[in-house]
This record gives sequence, C-alpha cells and structure tokens, in this order.
Amino acid sequence: MVSEKNIRVKIDELRSSIGLLKGVELSIGKIVGEEWLEEIGPTQFPKITDLREWDLKLLQRYKPFYMPFCDLCCLCTFGKCDLTGDKRGACGINMSAQQSRIVLLACCIGAATHASHARHLLEHLIEKYGRDNPIDVGGPSVEVEAPITRLVCGIRPRTLGDLEEVLNYLEREIVRSLAATHTGQEASNLDFESKVFHVGMIDHVALEVADIAQISALGFPKADPEAPLVDIGLGVVDSTKPVIMVVGHNVPPAAAIVDYLVDNGLYGGIEVVGLCCTAHDLTRYNPKARIVGPISWQLRFIRSGVADVIIVDEQCIRTDTLLEAQKVKAPVIATSDVNCAGLPDRTKDSVEKIIEDLVLNGQPGALILDPEKAAEVAVKTALLVAPRRMKLKALPDVSDIIESAKKCRKCDDCRRACPNDLPVRDALAEALEGNLNALADLYEACIGCGRCESACPVDLPLHSFIVKAAEKRIKEEKYKVRVGRGAIQDVEIRQVGSPIVLGEIPGVVAFVGCANYPNGGTEVAKMAVEFAKRRYIVVASGCAAMSIGMYRDEEGKTPYETFPGAFDAGGIVNVGSCVSNSHIAGAAIKIANIFAKRRLRANYEEIADYILNRVGAVGVAWGAMSQKAAAIASGFWRLGVPVIVGPHGLKYRRMLLGRKDKPEDWYVYDARTGEKIYVGPAPEHLFYAAESKEEAMVMIAKLCMRPNDTTKGRAIKLSNYIDLYKRFFGTMPDDVHLFVRTLADVPLTMREEVIKVLEERGWKENIIPDPTLLPRLVRKKAGE
Amino acid sequence: MAGRAESWQTAEIPGPKKAMTITNPQIVTALIRRSKDPLLIVGAEAPKTKLGGGDLIDYAIKISEAAGIPILSSPSILGEFLNRGFKRIFSMPLVDIANRLTDPNWAGLEGRGQHDLAMFMGFRYYVCWLILSGLKHYSKNLKTISLEMHYQPHALWSFPNISKEEWEKNLDIIIKSLKEGK
Repeated sequence: MVSEKNIRVKIDELRSSIGLLKGVELSIGKIVGEEWLEEIGPTQFPKITDLREWDLKLLQRYKPFYMPFCDLCCLCTFGKCDLTGDKRGACGINMSAQQSRIVLLACCIGAATHASHARHLLEHLIEKYGRDNPIDVGGPSVEVEAPITRLVCGIRPRTLGDLEEVLNYLEREIVRSLAATHTGQEASNLDFESKVFHVGMIDHVALEVADIAQISALGFPKADPEAPLVDIGLGVVDSTKPVIMVVGHNVPPAAAIVDYLVDNGLYGGIEVVGLCCTAHDLTRYNPKARIVGPISWQLRFIRSGVADVIIVDEQCIRTDTLLEAQKVKAPVIATSDVNCAGLPDRTKDSVEKIIEDLVLNGQPGALILDPEKAAEVAVKTALLVAPRRMKLKALPDVSDIIESAKKCRKCDDCRRACPNDLPVRDALAEALEGNLNALADLYEACIGCGRCESACPVDLPLHSFIVKAAEKRIKEEKYKVRVGRGAIQDVEIRQVGSPIVLGEIPGVVAFVGCANYPNGGTEVAKMAVEFAKRRYIVVASGCAAMSIGMYRDEEGKTPYETFPGAFDAGGIVNVGSCVSNSHIAGAAIKIANIFAKRRLRANYEEIADYILNRVGAVGVAWGAMSQKAAAIASGFWRLGVPVIVGPHGLKYRRMLLGRKDKPEDWYVYDARTGEKIYVGPAPEHLFYAAESKEEAMVMIAKLCMRPNDTTKGRAIKLSNYIDLYKRFFGTMPDDVHLFVRTLADVPLTMREEVIKVLEERGWKENIIPDPTLLPRLVRKKAGE
Repeated sequence: MAGRAESWQTAEIPGPKKAMTITNPQIVTALIRRSKDPLLIVGAEAPKTKLGGGDLIDYAIKISEAAGIPILSSPSILGEFLNRGFKRIFSMPLVDIANRLTDPNWAGLEGRGQHDLAMFMGFRYYVCWLILSGLKHYSKNLKTISLEMHYQPHALWSFPNISKEEWEKNLDIIIKSLKEGK
C-alpha cells in the first residue's frame, strides 16, 4: 500500500501465540490497527501532479481572468521586470504566469499558516492529553469523523497521534508547492493554477486536522445543532471587572485562562473576551465567554481602554497591537513563536518576576510560550493592573475632536488612504461645526484599518474620532451568536442528501471569511437571512459568522435566535472558527459518501466530480482579505464548489470564469451511455467577484444550479434565481433559457413569462444526464 | 490634488504604462468618433453619484444618445435604465464583460464582433482600477477611457483627479460636442 512511512508492513492474517490477528500494519515507531475495509482509491496522499488532469478539466471550463495588481515583478535581483502586456521578464516569465505565481504564493502562505497552526495545536494537545486521545467530533452521530483527511490521505485517524502523519504529508506538499514559485521554476500559468488547487486541498486537510484535534481534546460542541447562544458586541463586555482580551486563532492560551480562573475560584470576577477566531474557539470551550467582534474590531476595542491585559496568539492580529496597547497602558502577552512582537522571551522566568515587570517596572509586554504560564500571568496581571489603569482610554473627548478638526488641511489624504473611500474629510468638516453625526455614520462601513490616521499629515487620530462619535451605538452593540457547533452529523447528511442532490433544497450557501466588507457586516447578515428564509441551508464560519449575529430584525431578534442551527433547509449553522471551514467542505464530501455511497478513501477526483455536478453549494467570502482565505477558496474550487467574493476580492487579482456564451464548454458525459450532453452553464463560474450584495445574491442562486438537478429541483432553483433577479434588477434574466433543460424545469408560477423567453431564444429541449466529467465513470461506452 | 494624474487611492500604483490624461474633453469625442464599435460600461455606483441635478445614470444616457452607442450596465442598476425608458441597454456582471473584452473572437454586444473602445463610469475606484488593469494587459486592440472623476492609471485615457464641478463640466462638453458632430 502507499504509505507516508518508509517502512511499513501489512499483514493480512497473522497466527501467533496470542491468537489470530487480521489486518495488522506494522510501521517504524507504531502499530496501526487497520479496521477500515474500504478499498483505497487512486490518489492516496496525492502529490502535486496526481490530480493535475482534474484541475486542467476545471481550468478548461473556468479560465483564469487576470487583473494584475502590479505590472512589475520584483521577486529577484534581475528585476524589477516590466511584464506589461505581452512582455516577458528577465527569467522569461510572462504576466499570466506571474499572476498565477503570486496567487500560488498567497495560497502557500495561507496553507502554511493553517498547517503550522494545526501542528502547534496538535503538539500542545498531544503533550497535554496524550497521543492516544481519541478523535471524537460527534460521538455516534459522526462516524465519518475526518472526511477530508479520509478523502485526501486515505487514512482514518483514530487518535491525535494519527494526525501527525497527516501533518507530515501536508508540510511536505506545501514546501514542494512553494518551491515552484522560485525564479526559473514553473513556466505555465495553468500549472501554477493547478498547484493553487493542490495547495487549497492541502489547506483543507490542515483545517480539518486542527479542528478535529481541538474538538476532540478540548470538549468543544460535538456536531451540536443546539449549541448555546453567546453574547457578541462591544456593548456586552462588563467593563466594571478586570478584562482580559484574547486575539487570534490558537485557543490554548485562552482555554488555559478559563481553566486557571475556574481552578482558583476567580471565575466570574474577571471578564474574558475574544476577538477574531480565538473568540469563536473560546466560546466553544466556555460558552460563558463573550465575543467582542470580528477582526476589524481590534483597534477600536484596544483604544476603548476596556481591556486590561491583551493576549495575542497567532494570525490576523494587528501588528501594531503593542504600540496601541501602550497608549492605554495595557500589557501585552504574546504566546506564539510566529508572533513574538519584539517582546523578551519570559517563558522560563518565574510568574512573579514577569508580573512584577509588567505591573511595576513598566515592561509593555512579554513573550510566554507556555499557555498555562501565560494564563496565570494574564490573570494575576489583570487583577493588579485594572485598578491602576482605571480603564484608561485612547479615545478623545468630543471637544478634542472639534478642536482638532481645525487643524485639518483638507488634503483628502485620509479618504485616499481609506479602502472604502469613506468621506472622512467631509465628516470632519461637519464635526468642526459641532455635528458628529457624519463621523458616526462612517462607523458602519469602517473596517478599522486605521490607514486614514497613518496618511494624515497632521496626525489626527481619525479612527478614534469615528469610534468616539459612534460611542452611543457601540454601547448598544449587544447581539447573540450561536457557538460553533463543529461537524455536521451523518444523520443530518442522510436527511438532506437527497433533497440537495435532487435540487429540492435549492442550495447550501456558506458565508465565510474575513471582515473586509465594502459596506459593513450588515450586508452579510442580510444575505444570510434572505437565503435562510428561502429554505437554503446557510452555514457560516469565522468573522462572517460573527457579522451574521451582529444584526437585528424588526422584532429585535438576531439571525441565530430566529433560525435553527441544524444543517437543514432554513437553518443558519455556525460551524465555528476559520479551521471549522473544514466541516463545510466535509459536509459536501459526506453527501457524496454517506448519501450517494461513493467511495471516499483516497478517491478525490470522483468525489469532486460528484460535488461539481450534483451538490449545489456556494461559498461567499464577502469580506475576504487574507492569504488564508485565498487558500480556503482554492480548496473549494478543486472540490467543485464556486466561491463569490465582495468587490475587495478582485484584489486577489484573478477570477475563474465560465463563458455561458460558449456552448462547447458545457458538455458532460452521461455516465449511463457515455454520450456527451450539453447541460448549460451550471455552475457558471468558479471564482467570481460581485460589485454589490444584490448582484452577489442573484449569483448565489444561479451558482447553486447543477447538471444533476431533477426537474422539480431545477424549477425550485430557477424560481429563486428569477425571483431575486427580478426583485433586484427589475427584469427577467436574459439567460434563463440556458438553465431550462425540459419544460418540466420551468417554475409553475412563472410558466408564461419563462416560456415566452424560451420561444424568443429558440430554445430546444435536452435530456438530463447522469453527469460526470470523468470518462472512467461511464458505465457503458457510446456505441456499445 | 485637483488636476493631478496620480492614483486616487494612494497606494494603487500601477507600473510603467499609465493612462494619458484627458486635458481637453474633446479628446474623448474624437476617440469615440474614430472608433468603429464603442460601448459605455456603467457601474453599480452610478445611481448613488449625484451630478448636475441628476445622477451619473442620466449622464451615461446622454452620452450614449449623443454618441449613438450602447450601454452595458452592472446588473444591479439595470432597472435604473429601464425605468428611465432607455432602450439600448445591455447588462452583464463587470467581470464577465471584462473577460469577454479580452477575447478577440467575442461577438460583441450587438453581434458585430469585438468592440474597439470601452468607456467606464460609475465604479468603486479600486474595482475600475483592477478591471482596467486586466484590459490593459490582455486586450491588445481595445482602447479604454475612464470617464470617472479620479485618475485611472490603467486606462488608455483618463481624466486626472478633478473636482465634481470640473467633472460635470467635462462631461457636458463631451455630450455637447458629440451632439454637434451628428
């Protein structure tokens, strides 16, 4: 068998003095009891080129459209090289290869970050709970505990220790893929793109390893549709208590703080709040913890002065956290070797000495690479620092804003630096007249980056002005979010598998990713609510899951209070943090495996082909900004799941677009006959940026269509697509004829107007095949 | 800032090939007249952009009618054109039209083959910046003009960063000169 170990012996049957052993594998350093009887598929631990053929099939249909973010290459000392138009650089590279190379680089960064996080987490958990700690993400409700790992690696991990072998594989593939970006390596943009897909797939395995390890060892909710609701928002923090804020993605230090508080009878006396994905995982560990908000809330919360101690772990942490914390005299404790923040390593020092330095000797922070020690220091420091700080703010008074506004040179550099082109100067001009409403109005669309301040030639703290002006609404930021439930139960998959594949549940829409929104987070919440009301299955993770919670309907209820947390039509399912995205991909995979009984083990291509052609799932990363988000999206592409991004997503510099006007691109094999059948542009795109939320919503409905939809399912999907199109765009879609295969596809309530379009367009009926892009899955060849 | 040919969003620096600035709005008129099959692409921000007592949709319609060219709108603002009774309107997502404009074999909006001139207005700055970048690199035979009020370096021609008043005045001159040339 293919193995990650150099020496492995498989024994089918062994008679010994202790009895008869069957299916035993011996490898250096461990014994693997092999109980998984499923046949190993063709791509166990796939290398870069093993799925290249599948990638090229996708890329043939969804061709890259590049929008270079820079016309130059400056990666080697040949350069800078001008690659404008059809020019080539000194190494021979052209613009398309350069753009795809940068995309690969970004995805390698993202995948390396997740894999490194998984490794860091796993080592900690193994040290604390042991290598034999069982993987358990849902008890008897989840038998397929690691669908991505099973699919890619062909192994069935039983214990934390089994995941080490998986990580070894991931690390090797990331290094190999990263090597391809070196000067004078890969030459073809399509091969770069194939590697992007490969790294995306690797990234998904890393996500899964990290999340199933922490769910299993830390007692997070195990596939619980009724995971509790927790508080979220700046207004939920009890600032009368000492407050510890944790920021980042790696939960052990935050979990250790909770443990320390409980063990020492201090729980309830100190507020522990989180930001970004650590916050999700903190509430999965302890639902009494509170979430401040998504990544964009960092600067505003630090400056509010509410946090007495700030703990940073890794990923998505502002790199000026230490500087900002010093302004409010809040000590910072860094806990990860990937973010030492320039602080002295105090890991081996005594707790008392570290605290003395932080509290009495003016040390701004400490690097403590032992979570338990970091927790003890954080708690004791918070208790001592809180009375001294008196919640010192770095926010101005209203009178300061008005006075400072006089210094404004009206240069507009603030606006020119703002990612969302917010009219900061105009708002400041109104503030000069004593009216702060315009400044307050910027709050909703402000992503909290602080670039306006950095650009200001007279150093006005413009972000602080906005936060201060919006103080009243900030205090009212009190919402609910459902704790991340983790995996989707096998029984849920069995229940929804059929209606999803047949199209009767019109789609699974996943709102994921960061908070780089063009108009604030409310848009994400509104989209999620719209699709839940339309009986799609809505899933969410990370900052997007938080943004969905930070919205109220007319009755004052948040979406998580209104819609159930079950993976079913009309549910809004928070799976958890970034690494919990694995459960979204996992659900799609499990539909193919559990519902459709497709073999899972190392059988990537067939499962991806199944998902592309049958599972109407779409990812929406409305505020995606990071390299991690790029890697996550890439994993979904290889799996056949389209991704929609917001306008900022164009900065990923490459879309993967289908051409519905080219019928030749939309043929599949009918697995029953081997005939090639036109199925229309379903799904039309693999990676698409929308200008507005309305455009995104119409595209979501459209991209949920799949060749395998039954006529009833297609009618439901078409009905949603047409209805949204008419509502937002004011007319019938001009491509509806491309999605009608037989007259039975036409929604009954729209029959007259759709048939009119079909007649105008010279539409002809077509058959609905058993669709596949893989000739090897054809059961009977054409002509037989 | 006014009148300077530098990226409106400060960090959005392109490369060596940058847009020529439209110092005289009649350059636009001349470029339209010289082209065989121009089109005007209007983005989702147009209805929110108030100008000359109306909005940018009104200006787009006036330019289209004066020049006799079709408009392609972002889908979300299609209704704005239809509600104003404008007929020569097509709609397609921005990434789709940009993708098609890089294909020399595309049939074009009205079936006459690939367009040779595309003008842009009504977009978020960075959105237009990126789309124009794609066209600069991959549409060899396409001329692009940005009619936005901020300098778009990836277009072939662009206004520099100008005030709203200057913008309005420039668009009025283009419309007037197009009408006069009919």
